[in-house]
Amino acid sequence: MSKGTLRQLLLLTDGCSNSGEDPVAIAALAKEEGVTVNVIGIVNDGEMSEHGITEVEAIAKSGGGISQIVYARQLSQTVQMVTRKAMTQTIHGVVNREIAQILGEEKEMEDLEPEKRGQLMEVVDELGETLDLEVFILVDTSASMKNKLPMVQEALVDLSVSLRSRTGNNEFALYSFPGKRSDIEKLISWTPHFDSLAGAFKKMSTSGVTPTGPAIQEALRFIRNRMKKRGTDEDERFDLEEAGM
Amino acid sequence: MKMRDSISKKQECKLFPNQRIIGRWHRHPYRIVRELGYGATGTVYLAESESGPVALKIARDSMSITSEVNVMRHFSKVQGPSLGPCFYDVDDYLTKDAVFPFYVMEYIQGESFLPFIRDRGAEWMGVLVVQLLNELYRLHQIGWVFGDLKPENLLVADSPYRVRWLDVGGMTRHGRSIKEYTEFFDRGYWGLGSRKAEPGYDLFSVSMLMINCAYPARFEKNGTPGIGHLMGKVRQKQLLAPYEAVILNGFQGKYQSALAMRTEMLNIIQDNSFNRKNKMNRAGSAKVATNRRAYRKNVTTAKEKHRWTGVYETMLIGTFLLILYILYLFGQ
Repeated sequence: MSKGTLRQLLLLTDGCSNSGEDPVAIAALAKEEGVTVNVIGIVNDGEMSEHGITEVEAIAKSGGGISQIVYARQLSQTVQMVTRKAMTQTIHGVVNREIAQILGEEKEMEDLEPEKRGQLMEVVDELGETLDLEVFILVDTSASMKNKLPMVQEALVDLSVSLRSRTGNNEFALYSFPGKRSDIEKLISWTPHFDSLAGAFKKMSTSGVTPTGPAIQEALRFIRNRMKKRGTDEDERFDLEEAGM
Repeated sequence: MKMRDSISKKQECKLFPNQRIIGRWHRHPYRIVRELGYGATGTVYLAESESGPVALKIARDSMSITSEVNVMRHFSKVQGPSLGPCFYDVDDYLTKDAVFPFYVMEYIQGESFLPFIRDRGAEWMGVLVVQLLNELYRLHQIGWVFGDLKPENLLVADSPYRVRWLDVGGMTRHGRSIKEYTEFFDRGYWGLGSRKAEPGYDLFSVSMLMINCAYPARFEKNGTPGIGHLMGKVRQKQLLAPYEAVILNGFQGKYQSALAMRTEMLNIIQDNSFNRKNKMNRAGSAKVATNRRAYRKNVTTAKEKHRWTGVYETMLIGTFLLILYILYLFGQ
């Protein structure tokens, strides 16, 4: 298998969307386009509503990714774990699809005897280590997030430390929502690592609306454009896009 | 693709004492005795197999179980005397509505790492760390890094006392990125290095392991850059004082191998027990026994030294008299 790219959208939020399209639907669209959506819900003291938690889980589920609710201070370890776990899961999904093609419908890794499963897992691990990864990070900066942003900043630098240790290449982009004029606002454009995010969140206006759906929509547009631009000079890619991930 | 489990509501597989489970593939029967512990990737039970007591780890997520089995299999091929628990079996447990992958390994009995040192005395910290470094060296030699090194993953097995490790979840091939870690023991968390699997990563954790002995509740990073904060903590504890230089070198990645760190630890322990030979009378039966032994050894060495000095003196006087006698003979 030739080297390919895994694409993830990582959403960090502390509550419910209250404006625009349904984020769960947009996440489903992302999955169709080969972008995995992971969501981390950040709480302070169990302040997140039942509704908010349900939405966080629903977005990740329909986006083919992983969700986790955490306290702000546990954020660092969670962010890197969710990202890695989602990578493995995505690759696992592709491998399962291949198995289904070879062994017939309804067969997947779990239906193999443990010995064969072990050999496949070696491949999954290997790919997780060597594939390129692009993470589009979308941070909710509505008013209630303000005191959590330093923790978010730290967690993202930590994520960069973790992913840099992989063999494959990484690219990150950092956007916040809601933006001043548009749905999302660029904080840092595609970069191989975050050295320091000091000041990254400084110039943001914190507002009361949380347009999660439109924000994911807009993020997808950026990811799509980038894929197009890259697609022309790299024709051989790991076909996650068509894998129905 | 099926969404297997979002982490936040992961289904656990709960087994009960006396429950019997039979593997779907290999048909080996196991009887659950009790729960031993649980971690991020599953629950471990003590179970009775056809050939005696075993540890059985069961989970919901087949990926992590399969990964761990791969690591364990790898070691069962290269194993000399135990780098970790021996691997016995891997299988699936089928219930009405779910499949739970599990694997079976050697049941290692022993005491927890930190309580062992707390109860038996500070000298054990050095000894156990030296043992651990030896094991780590062997692991590094065959191209693996432990990764998630922490007291919870270690055990002190009995007769002879020997440190052993339990959890292979963090073990990573050299050169890859560390699979699993715990922030307190992770150099990335303290801003003192990458999460690339290399011997230096484990040696950093060994330094932190020693700090954990003095700070059982651990602590978090504060604003000051990593190494200053950590070394400040080291200097506040008498337990750590003798090892300050080793701990610092561990932090800075100065050791070429676990063996180099082990040698320095050994030197310190040897010097240290000489310096302290006079202030050894603490409570605790085990401690008294070891101390008495150490004390007796020190006394013997002192006596021996004394005797040897005596012999030298006698010989010196003897030679002197002999020379005088020869001179006297020549004078005649």
